[in-house]
Amino acid sequence: MMDETQTRPEHAPEVPPGSRESLWLLVSGPTIWAAHFLLSYLAVSVWCAKVAGRAGPLGDIRIAIGVLTALALTGIALTGWGGWRRHRFGEATLPHDFDTPGDRHRFLGFSTFLLCGLSFVATVFVALSVVFIRSCE
Amino acid sequence: MTWREKDRWQRLFSTGAALSILLFSTGCERRQSALHPASVNAERIADLFWWMVGGGLIIWAVVMAIAFFATRAHPEAHGVRSARWLILGGGVAFPVVVLTGLLIYGLMLMPQLSSTADIDLEIDVAGEQWWWRVTYQTAAGEPVELANEIRLPVGQRALFRLTSPDVIHSFWIPPLGGKVDMIPGRTNTLVLEPTQTGTFRGACAEYCGSSHALMKFEVMVMEPDAFADWLNRQAQPAQPPQSESARQGQTAFLANGCGACHTVRGTEANGTLGPDLTHVGSRLSLGAGILPVDPEAFTRWIGHTGAIKPDVKMPSFGMLPEDQLPAMAQYLSELQ
Ligand code: HEC
Ligand SMILES: [Cu+2]
Repeated sequence: MMDETQTRPEHAPEVPPGSRESLWLLVSGPTIWAAHFLLSYLAVSVWCAKVAGRAGPLGDIRIAIGVLTALALTGIALTGWGGWRRHRFGEATLPHDFDTPGDRHRFLGFSTFLLCGLSFVATVFVALSVVFIRSCE
Repeated sequence: MTWREKDRWQRLFSTGAALSILLFSTGCERRQSALHPASVNAERIADLFWWMVGGGLIIWAVVMAIAFFATRAHPEAHGVRSARWLILGGGVAFPVVVLTGLLIYGLMLMPQLSSTADIDLEIDVAGEQWWWRVTYQTAAGEPVELANEIRLPVGQRALFRLTSPDVIHSFWIPPLGGKVDMIPGRTNTLVLEPTQTGTFRGACAEYCGSSHALMKFEVMVMEPDAFADWLNRQAQPAQPPQSESARQGQTAFLANGCGACHTVRGTEANGTLGPDLTHVGSRLSLGAGILPVDPEAFTRWIGHTGAIKPDVKMPSFGMLPEDQLPAMAQYLSELQ
C-alpha cells in the first residue's frame, strides 16, 4: 500500500557525499547524560564521606558540578545540533521507514536530535538537586 | 430497561458507592494513617500528596475530554499542524514544565524534612527481631531505656537515631512520618515534630522475618509537662512488689532465669538480650504492640510466647508450675 507521499524521489542525492553512517552520534547524548550523573554522584559521595562529613556543607563541590553540567549541556547541545543537520539533509520522506541510505540518514539524525532533547532536560534535572540541596544531610 | 429504571439503578449504585467510601474511610484507623498527618513534616508531605492527586485528576479529565473530542465529537481527520502543536505542547512542553515544577518543589522541601538543627530531644531506637529497643537521652546524663513505646512532647523536635543489630527494619509512624530504614552498621536519623497530642501507632515497614507483621509499637504525643513527668518516672528503678502474689512472682521471675535476658532496674535482673521490663506495667501494649497490658495478657505471653509470636527469641515458659505464671504476671503488671 504505497501512496504518493511515501515514495522516495529518485533523482536527489540521498546522503551527503563521503558520509558514513554510524550509531555513535545517536548514543552520544544519553551517554553524556549518564556520565554526568555518575560523575556528579561520585563527586558528592566522596566529598561527603572524606571532606565535609555526613552533615557538612556541599560547598565547593557545587561549583565543580556546575562546571561539569555546563560542559555536559554543551556536548549534548552540539550533538543535538549535529543530529538536526543530518535530519535536514536529503528529501527522504516521513516516516523514514525504508531500508534506503536516505531514510536511514534522516532517521538517525532525527533520533539523535530527540534523544539529545531528552538528555538535556535530564541533565538539568540532575544538576537542579545541588542547586536546592546544600548540605550532605 | 426504561429510563426510569435506569435512573433508579444509577441512584442505587451511587448511594452504594458513597456508603462504601464512608465505611472505608471510617474503617481506616486515624492513628495509623498517613492521610491524617500530626507532625510538621507529615503535614507538608500530605499537602503535596493532595495537590498531586488534584493535579492528576485534572490532567486525567483533560486527556479524557480530548479523547472524547477526537473520537466522538469530531471523529473526522484533524490537520497535521494542530496535531503537531498538540504533541509539542501536550507531549513535550507541558510534561517538562510540570515535572520541573514538582522536582523543584520536592528539592526545596527535602532539606527542611531532613534538617537536624534545633533539636529538643534525642532518642535512640534499635529495631530487633521483633521488637524495639528505645533509649531516651536525658539532660541529667543517664540514658533511660525502655521498649516498644515512644512518647513525645507536642511541639518539640525529637531526633531519632535509628539502628539495627540484626537485619534491616524500617521505622514508621504513619501520622508523624518516617519509614526510615534501620540498617545494621549504620545510623540513620529522623526528626519528628508532632503538632497534636494523641495516641498513634507505628510499625516495622521492612520485612524482617517470620514475625515482621507482629512488630508494632504505640506512640503517645503528650503535653510537655506530662511528658517530663513520664520520663522522670521511667528513669526511676522498679518499685518493689506490693501484693503477696507479686512478691512470689518476683521470686519466680528471678529463679526461672528471666533476668538473663531482661533488666528490671533495682533488682538482680540485668540481662540485655530482651526488652527492659523496669516499667513494663505502665506500657500501652505488650509484645511490641500486639497485646493489651493486663495480668491475663502477661500470663498468656509467658506461657505461649512462640504461639503468639512465631520464632520469637524468648522461650515459652508454659512448663512452669501452674501458680507461677499468674504470680509473675501480677509482678510484671505492678511494675508501673
Ligand atoms: C532468651 C532470652 C529470654 C528469656 C530467658 C526471657 N525472655 Fe522475655 N523476652 C525476650 C525477648 C527477645 C523479648 C522480645 C520478644 C519480641 O517481642 O519479639 C521478650 C519479651 C518479653 C516481654 C514483653 C516485653 C514488652 O516490652 O512487651 C515480657 C513481659 C517478657 N519477655 C517476660 C519474660 C519472663 C517473665 C521471662 C521468664 C519467665 C522471660 N521473659 C524470659 C527474651 C527472653
Ligand atoms: Cu520488619
